[in-house]
Amino acid sequence: MSAEKLWICFYTIVRKEIIRIFRVWTQTFVPPVITTTLYFLIFGNLIGSQIEAMNGVSYVEFIVPGLILMSVLTNSFQSSAIAFFMAKFQKSIEEILVSPTPPWIIVAGYVTGGVVRGVITGVLVYLVSLVFAPVSLSHIGSVISFFLLTSIFFATLGLINGVYAKNFDQISIIPTFVLTPLTYLGGVFYSISLLPPLWEGLSKLNPILYMVNGFRYGLLGTSDVPIGGSALFLFIITACALWLVFRLVKKGTGLRA
Amino acid sequence: MNAISIKNLKKTYATGVHALKGVSLEIPSGDFFGLLGPNGAGKTTLIGIISGLVNKTSGNVSVAGFDIDKNPENGRMTIGVVPQEFNLSIFEKVFDIVVDQAGYYGVPRKKAFVSAEKYLRALGLWEKRDQKAIALSGGMKRRLMIARALIHEPQILILDEPTAGVDVELRRGMWDFLTKLNSEGVTIILTTHYLEEAERLAKQLAIIDHGEIIEKGSVKELVKKLDIQPFAFDLEKRITAETLSHLREFDARALDEDTIEVRLPKNRSVNDVFHAFDRGEIRVKNMRTSANRLEELFLNLTKKS
Repeated sequence: MSAEKLWICFYTIVRKEIIRIFRVWTQTFVPPVITTTLYFLIFGNLIGSQIEAMNGVSYVEFIVPGLILMSVLTNSFQSSAIAFFMAKFQKSIEEILVSPTPPWIIVAGYVTGGVVRGVITGVLVYLVSLVFAPVSLSHIGSVISFFLLTSIFFATLGLINGVYAKNFDQISIIPTFVLTPLTYLGGVFYSISLLPPLWEGLSKLNPILYMVNGFRYGLLGTSDVPIGGSALFLFIITACALWLVFRLVKKGTGLRA
Repeated sequence: MNAISIKNLKKTYATGVHALKGVSLEIPSGDFFGLLGPNGAGKTTLIGIISGLVNKTSGNVSVAGFDIDKNPENGRMTIGVVPQEFNLSIFEKVFDIVVDQAGYYGVPRKKAFVSAEKYLRALGLWEKRDQKAIALSGGMKRRLMIARALIHEPQILILDEPTAGVDVELRRGMWDFLTKLNSEGVTIILTTHYLEEAERLAKQLAIIDHGEIIEKGSVKELVKKLDIQPFAFDLEKRITAETLSHLREFDARALDEDTIEVRLPKNRSVNDVFHAFDRGEIRVKNMRTSANRLEELFLNLTKKS
């Protein structure tokens, strides 16, 4: 296929996904805004005012990057997982499978759809955060890199989940039992330097820790982990996840009998 | 050139079911090809492999000259598929479904708008273009799937039981539409349970059973293979034992009080039956073939296999 035709295939998948996201905006954009507003209000203002500065910034400022990234990763994951699973469930995925759209465009389209939702949600949560803590952008390069890479990584994981899922329950198992615990233990609400050595060491096995801290460095200039290594690690696991999902879609796992 | 060329195609599902056991088939470009077979014969699997929805176990398939292993995308570009089951995004609008499908083939949106209008009008769905697919009737959904399959102007249209569950009027409308499409040069491959449909539409036929092609050829050639053809005669008077005895050589039986069925062997003529009626001074009001000829052949063949 020519580059123009490939672009049209890609644009069609992304456009359809964006329309879907906005059609159900009360389910996609409103809940994360309400949830994080409550987090800022309760943990940031009410409880946070009683907590000492953390890594040299106020507690409410400290939790801003983590809460933004939590919304980004959750929404990126859910978006591509649900979109792909619904297409499988309705069998409308066959519309694409019978077409000449190559597997890498299918992957790129659904991941981009997830990234769009993750980014929009992240921006909305950032705007909400400004009401509670006027956080500036210390290192814009880190902000953009960690923001986008996290979104791409989780949109890809969501797509992998969508590929394997055989029912609606299997779409919610990963967010409930894997993503939520890892996010809460990934340094969103605390600095891992507060933990005993064993737990601090274990926390370093959690990939979300590197994303949250990289993004926190971009916004506040403070981090528990080295930034360069975190960015490289995130880049590598994202590339691996993309390669894996491309292989799955190309092979037709969960798609072709 | 062949639109479809299949050599020794085999498919074994993970469950161990051998759906196809070495199918070989050639479908010339421009043909109207009927694929007949009972439930579970392998029709949908065969179509699934051709269209890219099912992975084959072994064998070769070429679509419009493109090997589906080496050039899957080029092959798919030439095909439009209308599946047996509804596979629409039910919350999407009719117009969007068709235009988006064009997008998956790399058709620019402006061009797709024009084609969408053309096919939605041709299939009587233009007035429904802003409705969501979920709100359409079964017949409309089926027509929508045909419009969607044609949006990129394919050379080959594959329809898997397109008239299943469609009322008679709509079915005839679809037949006319498909015949016109075929006359414009589109190769049509149709699977169907309705043998009347196959006999009326198809130029070439293949009968598949238990994953194997058990007969193929033109409709005329296949019908010629019938050993016996049944005819029904409406008689002026009630049928008696004597009436039946006059027609014993034709294996006659009463269908009701004044309708008699005879089974005419291949080597005998209808005139022989009329001679028998004359000998018994039996008056005939009307006559007709009492069963679809293809149906008779189909049942004979699938029973044997």
